[in-house]
Amino acid sequence: MLKDITLGQYFPGNSVIHRLDPRTKLLLVVVYIVALFTAKWFVSYALVLLCLIVIIGISGVKPRTILKSLKPLLFIILFTGILNLFYTEGKTLVSFWISTITYEGLTRAFFMILRISLLVTGTFMLTYTTSPVSLTDGMESLLRPLRHLHIPVHELSMMMCIALRFIPTLTQETDKIISAQKARGADFESGNLVARAKALVPILVPLFISSFRRADELATAMECRCYHGGEGRTKLKQLQYRARDAVAFFLGAIVLASVILLRIFGL
Amino acid sequence: METKAISVEQLNFAYAGGEDTPTVQVFENLDFSVEEGSFVAVLGRNGCGKSTLAKHFNAILLPSGGKVSVFSMDTSDEDALLDIRKCVGMVFQNPDNQIISNVVEEDVAFAPENLGIPRDEIRRRVDEALEIVGMTKYKNHAPHLLSGGQKQRIAIAGVIAMRPKCIVLDEPTAMLDPRGRREVMETIRRLNEESKITVVLITHHMAEAALADRVVVMEHGNILADGTPKEVFSQVQRLKDARLTVPETTQLLYELNQNGYDFSLDSLSVEECAQAIYKTFA
Ligand SMILES: Nc1ncnc2c1ncn2[C@@H]1O[C@H](COP(=O)(O)OP(=O)(O)OP(=O)(O)O)[C@@H](O)[C@H]1O
Ligand SMILES: [Mg+2]
Repeated sequence: MLKDITLGQYFPGNSVIHRLDPRTKLLLVVVYIVALFTAKWFVSYALVLLCLIVIIGISGVKPRTILKSLKPLLFIILFTGILNLFYTEGKTLVSFWISTITYEGLTRAFFMILRISLLVTGTFMLTYTTSPVSLTDGMESLLRPLRHLHIPVHELSMMMCIALRFIPTLTQETDKIISAQKARGADFESGNLVARAKALVPILVPLFISSFRRADELATAMECRCYHGGEGRTKLKQLQYRARDAVAFFLGAIVLASVILLRIFGL
Repeated sequence: METKAISVEQLNFAYAGGEDTPTVQVFENLDFSVEEGSFVAVLGRNGCGKSTLAKHFNAILLPSGGKVSVFSMDTSDEDALLDIRKCVGMVFQNPDNQIISNVVEEDVAFAPENLGIPRDEIRRRVDEALEIVGMTKYKNHAPHLLSGGQKQRIAIAGVIAMRPKCIVLDEPTAMLDPRGRREVMETIRRLNEESKITVVLITHHMAEAALADRVVVMEHGNILADGTPKEVFSQVQRLKDARLTVPETTQLLYELNQNGYDFSLDSLSVEECAQAIYKTFA
């Protein structure tokens, strides 16, 4: 079950999307999110959706992976949709017993579901096509001005890099612990919410203990490899904006401008 | 004076206790040294201080008494810290806890990046290190999808990329299957023979120790036996008293001797052992 979690996973590839500068991708994700929240009606949503489909197409990430990544969020997505469906005032479409579905509710629920899915998928595309190291390099480089405010930018991005690196390792480990506890007769599937939450304790305790041990060993291994903070560090892959980044920014700007225009016209 | 790769003089070390943990005295006046270019295996029971000793070789731990120097640099000299760590690379048991990036080549580049080496040179070193451990094909892979042996070779590459003169490996094969173990041992031997890197290998596998030039057996923070594999493993009774096993070949000859035969115990390889037995019975 945990294998379905693709959060923060990177799918190596060699598409244009993969080769874009991570800073470009980070900034464009922001542009994408702004565009998504500016979108108001079918036409603008369709435009954002089209962009996403084109990006996925170029990147070569399999649509199945995308759908899989949405699966763990299905509950939240549906829940928000249903809330919007029933609790929006407006022109009544159907009404039965105590609940009514309004025309506004229906469209709002539809847009809400679309918006969350697009938001999640769009941001996931960033980590799918950007290796954690270059992602954190990009962040570090974008946030560098904050160093003047004494914010430890290098350390923060290092932490993020390591966190992303350990997601698959810890997921594998959690799976192992679950199997081990099941083999000892632990029951994770039945009982009410409280019972199930309690059943998580024998998973979390070993997971925490082993994570601390890992952290300790990793720190030693990093020291052994001459890690001494961000000072005087060089990079195997220097970040550099290229022509394709300019093109990407240009396209991003056009999309954002179009969405804003469409909003003004109420589309 | 000929420079020793590692020289430990009168080492004293204790892990400081806390409120409810006692102080653990690990070493008292230990002397130990490693010749440049040699391949030394360190054996000993759990808790006899092998890992603690290894951590003194690159200043992860500092002696509380005595002196540890590597390639004529004193490990307690703070200014030489990076030079010491660059000279003496360290590989640990669990490859998962040593790899810091999701992409193989970026992980191998970690140490040279820390050393502030220019980009082109990092590229060269990464390619070279991956070539040496035979993992060039996997340079864009995600480490968590590799086998244990492959991961451990990546960890070794990450250390070689510093161009160390000496590598200390702390039970690098303990978590691997026989195949991964073979891959890693093969890599270690090549490093020693072809790249002339001094190797200190801590292990529980007698067969691995038998590949070294020199075997050191530790017990309770002291050195119990020291010599070539043949010299050390022929002291079967002594090793058994320290609750260590000997290679299967030596064990076989030893048991034959117990039953009245008179084999010399220095036949380590299966071939030599078979020859010795053949000669006696033919
Ligand atoms: N961080 C620590 N704090 C306190 N005591 C420690 C610490 N690490 C090790 N020890 C103790 O120091 C002694 C030597 O430990 P060390 O890890 O060096 O043994 P080892 O020979 O490497 O054993 P193994 O074969 O299990 O790896 C042991 O008695 C151990 O309990
Ligand atoms: Mg140990």
